[in-house]
Amino acid sequence: MLRELKEVLAAGASAEERVAALFEKIKRSKLNAYNNLSEDSALERAREFDRAPWSGLLAGVPIAIKSCISTRGIETNCSSRILKGYIPPYDAHVIERLKKEGAIVVGKTNMDEFAMGTSTESSYFGTTRNPWDLDRVPGGSSGGSAAAVAAGEAPCALGSDTGGSIRCPASFCGIVGLKPTYGLVSRYGLVSYANSLEQIGPLTLNVEDAALVMEVIAGHDQRDSTSVNSEGGYLSGLDGGVEGLVCGVPKEYFGEGVDPAVEKSVWDAISKLEELGASWKEVSLPHTKYALAAYYIIAMSEASSNLARFDGLRYGLRLGADQDWHTTFSEIRAAGFGPEVKRRILLGTYALSAGYYGRYYLKALKVRTLIKQDFERALATGGADVLVTPTMPFPAFKIGERIEDPLSLYMADVFTVPINLAGVPAISVPCGFADGLPIGLQIIGRHFDEVGVLRTAKAYEDATPYHETVPKEVV
Amino acid sequence: MAEKDVIIGLEVHVQLNKLNSKLFCGCSTDYHDSAPNTHTCPVCLGLPGTLPVLNRGAVEYAIRVALALNCEIQGETLFYRKNYYYPDLPKAFQITQYDFPIGLGGKILIKGDDGEEKTIRITRVHMEEDPGRLVHAGTIDRAKYTMVDYNRCGMALLEVVTEPDLRSPKEARSFLDKLRNILEYLEVFDGDLEGAMRIDSNISLVGGERAEVKNISSHKGVEKALAYEITRQRSARRRGVAQVQETRHYDELRGITVTIRTKEEAHDYRYFPEPDLVPMRIADWVPRVEAELPELPDAKRERFVAEYGIADDHAKSLTSEIRVANFYEDVAKRSSPRLAAAWIADVLKGELNYRDATIESFSPGHMVEILSMLEADKITEKGAVEVIRTILDAGGDPAGVVEAKGLVKVEDDAVKEAVQAAVKECSQAVADYKSGNEKSINFIVGMVMKKTRGRADPAEANRLVKEALDEI
Repeated sequence: MLRELKEVLAAGASAEERVAALFEKIKRSKLNAYNNLSEDSALERAREFDRAPWSGLLAGVPIAIKSCISTRGIETNCSSRILKGYIPPYDAHVIERLKKEGAIVVGKTNMDEFAMGTSTESSYFGTTRNPWDLDRVPGGSSGGSAAAVAAGEAPCALGSDTGGSIRCPASFCGIVGLKPTYGLVSRYGLVSYANSLEQIGPLTLNVEDAALVMEVIAGHDQRDSTSVNSEGGYLSGLDGGVEGLVCGVPKEYFGEGVDPAVEKSVWDAISKLEELGASWKEVSLPHTKYALAAYYIIAMSEASSNLARFDGLRYGLRLGADQDWHTTFSEIRAAGFGPEVKRRILLGTYALSAGYYGRYYLKALKVRTLIKQDFERALATGGADVLVTPTMPFPAFKIGERIEDPLSLYMADVFTVPINLAGVPAISVPCGFADGLPIGLQIIGRHFDEVGVLRTAKAYEDATPYHETVPKEVV
Repeated sequence: MAEKDVIIGLEVHVQLNKLNSKLFCGCSTDYHDSAPNTHTCPVCLGLPGTLPVLNRGAVEYAIRVALALNCEIQGETLFYRKNYYYPDLPKAFQITQYDFPIGLGGKILIKGDDGEEKTIRITRVHMEEDPGRLVHAGTIDRAKYTMVDYNRCGMALLEVVTEPDLRSPKEARSFLDKLRNILEYLEVFDGDLEGAMRIDSNISLVGGERAEVKNISSHKGVEKALAYEITRQRSARRRGVAQVQETRHYDELRGITVTIRTKEEAHDYRYFPEPDLVPMRIADWVPRVEAELPELPDAKRERFVAEYGIADDHAKSLTSEIRVANFYEDVAKRSSPRLAAAWIADVLKGELNYRDATIESFSPGHMVEILSMLEADKITEKGAVEVIRTILDAGGDPAGVVEAKGLVKVEDDAVKEAVQAAVKECSQAVADYKSGNEKSINFIVGMVMKKTRGRADPAEANRLVKEALDEI
């Protein structure tokens, strides 16, 4: 996709026309994928490109950015009322890299408020709709980015993944989404939800595009102390197939709670990989059952601290007349945050409180270590090279179906959160449909083995038609 | 006086203001003469999405201080978040240390109230970031509005926590003077800059709960705030009111402390490890930092006594400020070390103090010149003091001042002539002296000084007058 687009642009097609057409389409759309567009700057940049085309890995390529990734001069509100109108004075590291490689930022996409959710329903700006069925959620929290890419409202997008927020919507919208190894992509400029878990990653129509975006955004940034060097090779290592590859199939990721259609598609995918020369064996990740609890304690604890800075004093929501600072902060936060954000701040505050810290937070960190060891053991030399699982236990659910029942929403993350706890990379690729709704296959790799994950996904994609199926145009 | 029932512990916040940049961002630390909010960036303003990056220089300074305070350096050290809301804290948490601070278990020697050397134990030394500065329109409890200046926000601080080993406001002051002295020796700190050192103090009477007094910004303020607190707690006790554990704010203008919150309202800071920073293994740094550690006050004082043969009191006075110590050594190398010690410690320091001036106001070269004139008997001691005062007040150089003021010591013959003349003229005083009133000699000496226009050495004149009188 992106390769063709770049070729067309290099051959002299007008970037401005393409960007303008994109805006046209977005404005007619019923999806509500975007919170705000950067129409003027994008068109201006496209015109500059047409006048004097530049080179670069993403020269002239439009890209949509999740609303929690800071863009200089473009509103970055995290789909929260409290940040409505907040325009960052600086670019996130990934944005600097995208610009350097010639990409054109077209707008900021809708998401669950502060990335807290699995459906994009907690957005202050209304939910995004799934392009495959407008009554269904696009997944979340990067629902806007996934829906935009699936519906052709952006050729590619960035999302962020704290507990599945790239892979879940990629799965629900039938596209490719990669969560990189923790530390591979700088988080500088990503509005923090749970710092120790999240990574920025690509949402694209195919695996090659994901690899291309990774070439641009991966690598060390001195402004993020947790970031490391990238060895690259995402594109050059794509081909090579799966001959001799050992796929681990974790038994804890199948069975109860998994939609039979999902399970069948994933087993079909495993068979397909076998056909292509891979072998599979059952592995065990014995601490999987503790992952959700540990994940939510860690994520909410960090979130309670991260979101404390939003008080309206320096930026963001302001209400009428100020009173003493304590009252004013309280009122702004009461009005500015939605119910899911408040729930997580409260739970996180509780988990970190004196007397509970050891019982919850510290214990969750210990569980996290055990889960990381589960993955290291399963992926050790002589074991599996990659793990193959469903991304989500079921396809996209109906809007409103689960939002009133937070626990059932949290349960939906059961196969995605252990990956963030372990810090390993994982990709979701389309692997079938259930009643017209896309199903995602999750391929998990060793720490920093993005190349292995992408290569496996590419071999599978080359042998299957699912990524080529697109939703009927929804306008 | 040390009071047996007073228990004081200090938490001293020291700004590492000799660093070039802040603790977690590249902003300059040179903000003291700048307009508010001009030394800020997205990181120290805590804008959404920004991350801290640790200044390695700050860690090195912290190790230096911890070593100088005789602390044990922790091999691995890490940062925590201390969560609380306050308008001067843009992230609503302070990045600080909690478990595994950089240094544990040190000590400082001070002169106790009984005159004996006393050990004050240091509990811990840890790094943290400075919050912004609040400027209240009026007093903290009555301000109509408050402004925030984030220039200071993110400056590297060291918190030095003592055990409750201090027994009086004066001891607290001695401790702070000594700490400042050490910090300046280490060249990590300029104590003259505003906000360089801020002190929180825990104070209680034996058997009572403690009050934490916050926001003390000077050494003098510590003495005043603690004295106020002792009086307040004592009088409450006399009235039968029990002290409750509480936090109080020192109002420097009014010289009083006011309660901010009691234990029931105490914050739960919800400390947890800062996920955006990684643990630091610093064990490997320590040998190098230790090797580069400069000579500290106590060691310098001992060396001065041994190397220059000067009195311990002089050595102590000369080493109480690194700049004075350096001044002394410069002068001592070019003149008599003992004479230099006496003149710098006893005279020059007093004259500087009187004028609220620092040692930089006087040149070592001038001091050498004055001492050499003294040694050559060209000027009297009185004349030398006059030269020092004149240079401090009006500038100039020693030779010029001596010339202009006619301070060249008068020849002995001239003095002798004046003595003879004075004895002749003051017949009444001579008679009084002879009849046993020894004080009347002063009148005659005064006459000699008058005749020599003050250039005679008073002691010498006294001796000569006495000789002349005894001859009569």
